[in-house]
Amino acid sequence: MLEISGLRAGYGEVEVLRGIDIAVHSGEIVAVLGSNGVGKTTLNHVLSGVLTPRAGSITFEGRSLMGAASTAIVEAGLIHVPEGRKIFPNMNVRENLELGSYRRAKNNRARNLERVFETFPRLRERMGQAAGTLSGGEQQMVAIGRGMMAEPRLLILDEPSLGLSPLLVEEMFTLIRKLNADGMPIMLVEQNVVQSLEIAQRAYIIENGIVTMAGTAESIASDPELKRAYLGL
Amino acid sequence: MYSLPIVAEAMLNGLLTGAVYALIALGLTLVYGVLHIINFAHGAFLTCAMFAVWLANTFLGLDPYLAILPLTLIFFAIGYAVQRFVIGPASHGDDGNILLITLGLSIVIENALLAGFRSDTRSLMTDYSFNVFEVGPLLISQARLFGFLGAVVVTGLLWLLLAATDTGKAIRAVAKEKLGARLVGINVSHVFAVTFGIGCATLAIAACLLMPTFYVNPRVGGAFVLVAFTIVVLGGMGSITGALIGGLFIGVVESLCGLFLGESLGQIGIFIIFILVLLFRPTGLFGARA
Repeated sequence: MLEISGLRAGYGEVEVLRGIDIAVHSGEIVAVLGSNGVGKTTLNHVLSGVLTPRAGSITFEGRSLMGAASTAIVEAGLIHVPEGRKIFPNMNVRENLELGSYRRAKNNRARNLERVFETFPRLRERMGQAAGTLSGGEQQMVAIGRGMMAEPRLLILDEPSLGLSPLLVEEMFTLIRKLNADGMPIMLVEQNVVQSLEIAQRAYIIENGIVTMAGTAESIASDPELKRAYLGL
Repeated sequence: MYSLPIVAEAMLNGLLTGAVYALIALGLTLVYGVLHIINFAHGAFLTCAMFAVWLANTFLGLDPYLAILPLTLIFFAIGYAVQRFVIGPASHGDDGNILLITLGLSIVIENALLAGFRSDTRSLMTDYSFNVFEVGPLLISQARLFGFLGAVVVTGLLWLLLAATDTGKAIRAVAKEKLGARLVGINVSHVFAVTFGIGCATLAIAACLLMPTFYVNPRVGGAFVLVAFTIVVLGGMGSITGALIGGLFIGVVESLCGLFLGESLGQIGIFIIFILVLLFRPTGLFGARA
């Protein structure tokens, strides 16, 4: 449902993505892995319309999203839960979630809010609390919940485990698997290779702005090349 | 040294003036809170709005209070367009540029008004400009009481807009987290322009409320904006409640200083407060701590 091919993007003189090919099919969890600075965040910025790509193509459910504005991308249902959460710290949990349906699924707001609260009972307890005062794990729940409010056709999760305790990381991966089991395709962009490969069906490894390995999660997990790619050995 | 009714009347008058100051400060604080810029053209826009009220009254016979609705809409549109098509594109994302652009705009507007209207001072003559309510020993100017009520109602409506509507929530979201706002599909340039438009619309309302008892000349906005800026600093940059309470407080201070020190020294109290706030509580009364 999402097809990226030959994607090039960068900042000023620097080209960060040097021809990326990635596909996500419906119902899948696809992991996009790579260490710091290989272009994962740039890829996400392009996919969410924050950065304009230079070349290549992005097709989402048969429509080109190449160079589309973020408003149009959200409207199409390609929802991005960003690295560092980027929730609204000055607003309460409920308002944060409500804004998730600012552009899409506005009519189902009440129903989806209930669904998010069922998924994250903790957020119901914290409904009136300013989001900036929540713990890191709770903030991540707000970020994902905000994404769910838009009824995503495809959810991009950018480093959802970043900054969480090992226990919470485990919880987060269980949740991602559960969201996927409920029918949501997920593109998981992570540094956490081992746990990502455990829940993903397929994976891509990015190095220096290009995809160096692609395949099923098992085949990549058992490939000796992975260690080299990831640890730079 | 003064009898109680005189002091009470001075305080009351201060409150009435202060509410309109607050209304002017409201737009300034909102734009600062969301766009993180001081809009140097705020005073020039106020002057424009006051001239608009004067023109509508002089040439169309439109009562200033009836002019509120059309002028609010017109000034919203002007503010929206100025931000969306002039300030936004010209700033290239650099706040330092915005400062210069708004300063430049204010100079252009002020001089255009000087060219068009000369530096003459003009005022309206409405039937009710000098009407008063008598409450016990106090005389309350009707027009200024309407000004007070109008300012309080507008502040309340604005608060409601920000708290309860999607547009208001989008404005608050953009104020603190632009990237997050884009990722939920909020059009940030649109929200910036709406915010700037609201800032100009509040000025149009302030102008309609002021004109029955005040005058206009091409430089009149500047004096108000200096006071409004003090209110914004006192109330806390970006705080709506702070603007209202700060405005009322500054109004009373100005009025009492005028009473005790003489009319021409009325504003000295305002600027002493400005300096004291900057020295001892730079975040203001309701401002977020850094």
